[in-house]
Amino acid sequence: MHEYSVIVIGGGPAGLAAALKSFENLDDKRILIIERDSFLGGILNQCIHPGFGLHYFKEELTGPEYAQRFIELVEKNGIEYLTDTHVMDITPEKEVTIVNKHGLKKLKAKAIVLAMGARERTRGAVQIPGTRPAGIFTAGQAQRFINIEGYKIGKKAVIVGSGDIGLIMARRLTLEGIEVKAVVEIMPYSTGLRRNIVQCLEDFGIPLLLSHKVVKIHGNERVEGVTISVVDSDFKEIPGTQRFIECDTVLFSVGLIPENELSKKAGVVIDERTGGPFVDNTFSTTANGIFACGNVLHIHDLVDNVTLEAETAGKYAALYCQNPELFQKGKLTNIIASDGIRYVVPQHLNRNFLEPTILRFRVNNVYHDKVILLINSGKKLLKIKKQYLSPGEMESIALSEKILSQMDFSEDIILKLEDDK
Amino acid sequence: MEKITCILCPKGCSIEKKEEGNEIKYIGYGCTRGLEYAKDEFTQPKRILTTTIHVKDGELEFLPVRTNKPIPKKLLFDAMAILRKVEVTAPVEVGSVVVKNILDTGADVIATRKVRKKSFF
Repeated sequence: MHEYSVIVIGGGPAGLAAALKSFENLDDKRILIIERDSFLGGILNQCIHPGFGLHYFKEELTGPEYAQRFIELVEKNGIEYLTDTHVMDITPEKEVTIVNKHGLKKLKAKAIVLAMGARERTRGAVQIPGTRPAGIFTAGQAQRFINIEGYKIGKKAVIVGSGDIGLIMARRLTLEGIEVKAVVEIMPYSTGLRRNIVQCLEDFGIPLLLSHKVVKIHGNERVEGVTISVVDSDFKEIPGTQRFIECDTVLFSVGLIPENELSKKAGVVIDERTGGPFVDNTFSTTANGIFACGNVLHIHDLVDNVTLEAETAGKYAALYCQNPELFQKGKLTNIIASDGIRYVVPQHLNRNFLEPTILRFRVNNVYHDKVILLINSGKKLLKIKKQYLSPGEMESIALSEKILSQMDFSEDIILKLEDDK
Repeated sequence: MEKITCILCPKGCSIEKKEEGNEIKYIGYGCTRGLEYAKDEFTQPKRILTTTIHVKDGELEFLPVRTNKPIPKKLLFDAMAILRKVEVTAPVEVGSVVVKNILDTGADVIATRKVRKKSFF
């Protein structure tokens, strides 16, 4: 069986950054990246719009450009990678079964980095009644069809959900001469980034219908239209508000789900709130020597954060190959998301690595004038005022050396929201 | 009176432009960066345009491209009409110019992905 020190599963932004950091930190340089698509770069290849890299590179790049910078480094360093290759199985012993056109093969790793990204939620996930005609896509699927394969997917479209991919596709469809009739969002607020609402919808006069839902899709061969309705605070349709919109295409942008089928096979425990593995500040999952980063861990809105997180995962995966004993469990302090905070990553702090760490989290609703509090053994260690918080924007706070020096690690670290008084 | 939403931070201030005689006033901005943004947005809004064009003999059929600086918003659709007809031949490097000075905006349209020549083996 062929042996590697670190095997990275997934050749998107998370996998590439993790592999590069492992490479820097490993003496034997035995790293392999496994990618199921024909190219490295992952979903960035179809994200041809600008807005990537503002934090990491301090310049505005498109998805393919952002990916290219990492792909070049991977190639320059001669890091081994396989494309068009599926991972069938990972075991807790870190055996990886792969299949490609050369057949089936088993590989062994000292450490594994999970970087498989996410899947899109589909029409089925939001349960919309009606027929099943052609012309229904997830937003990312439509993005691939248009930006990579070059298809024209329709003439008049309605977009369900106001996540970033949906908003960006509204602009893309408009530029390609496809009329976007409306973006229909069930929540009273958009889950997309502000700049996308302005530059993708308002720029082109596309209506964003908040507190609205699609109650039926019409059409037999091809979509002929949708019926929408205003909803109340329980998301129930308000009678008499139904309206028919004629269209031949419906895009769903209703969220992403971390892709953790393989993780589960390897015995990794999943946090129900994030949909990804529980990790500590080394991005080590509950399975020894298995690390996770990127959208497989939790859904990000900026790739820059994915890169930073993946670099940490890659660094520690390399360290695990040399000093696995440092990663033994039982030295973990819980980091708990409380009042108003939906989740926090990492969920644990490994006391063998008390290094400055970024906690990333999302709130569970739209809030104004709040304070984010970091509490440990009854002491308020950090207070950050926020005028505006939304579930659509990932927040972060730094556990600095100073804060770590004041902590009692036998007690939980609690993150919560309070009114700003 | 016109209105725009500032996109520089998640707060999303709503900024209004008011003309009182010869004086132009901006109302509702939250910071000086927001004021600068509003001035630009009200006088000449500009955007980076990204799209795809055809590639001949490439390992991909479509090449993602963008303008290397923002162009006036009102020219986006004219630029799309031009780019729809442009074809390049592989290999293409990231950053190589595919259309120079599009619509006299001073912006070049550049490739944003590397496309190798199609291999037949």
